[in-house]
Amino acid sequence: MPAIDRELLGVWGPANTMRIETGKIREFARAVKDPNQVYVTDEGALAPPTFLMTIAHWMRDLGETRSAVKLDYRRLLHGEQEFEYLAPIRAGDVLTFRSRTKDVFEKQGRRGGTMTFIIGETEFCNQRGEVVAYMRNTAIETADVVKE
Amino acid sequence: MSERLVEGAVIPPFVVENLSRTDLVRYAGASGDFNPIHHDEHFAQAAGNPTVFGHGMLTAGFVARCITDFVGAGNLRRYKVRFATRVWPGDTITCGGRLTRRYEEAGETRVDGEVTATTQRGETAVTGTFTAAVPAGG
Repeated sequence: MPAIDRELLGVWGPANTMRIETGKIREFARAVKDPNQVYVTDEGALAPPTFLMTIAHWMRDLGETRSAVKLDYRRLLHGEQEFEYLAPIRAGDVLTFRSRTKDVFEKQGRRGGTMTFIIGETEFCNQRGEVVAYMRNTAIETADVVKE
Repeated sequence: MSERLVEGAVIPPFVVENLSRTDLVRYAGASGDFNPIHHDEHFAQAAGNPTVFGHGMLTAGFVARCITDFVGAGNLRRYKVRFATRVWPGDTITCGGRLTRRYEEAGETRVDGEVTATTQRGETAVTGTFTAAVPAGG
């Protein structure tokens, strides 16, 4: 069971800024093997669907998106990831994002004993004040080191 | 011309052959996800794994490409993935899926779909669902 600060559950953390950059979009599109020209155009390149994962570059630690819990990476599984897209995100945009730990709950696992599920949510606003996306993730911490 | 994005339409597969450790390192750098379990052999083995394994979100990125090749980039409205089994260096990953519904919502025509990524062993690595806007003429 990870350490949980119940007082932080559901509470939005501090806002961070994320600049959407042409080169970063190119690098990301190449990493996911997507050659679509809309990602490599010089002006206003579109961000690929999973590009918001790059918020990791704008924080000290991705764990800040779920600040209510301290997790052990050796026992951590990524369960689910969800994106809701409300408006396009393009190179040149400046996004403001904030995160909260939506929920933490336990389930009995078949192999790893008790599993703890941590649901995190991040909201992204652009420079015009429009909410452009939500990203939600489910992390699972197993009781023992994860084995296949 | 008849509509292409209809209920039951098959999303053409996108195949990644022979996933490499370089692919994993490239994704770590691009995404900023430097969990060492995806690039540090010693760390991965100390955690009980035979070797490093792929980021779930790398496979989810391949699946996203498969979807947007079919529905058009910029048309996704929602995308959700669940991680089932891991993918390993040397694996061949096949992404694909089908459309499950076509309907009107929020002033546009939309489709829902189901997608998967499977390995050459027949294991499902990722399952997902999505909603996309249908482009003009689609």
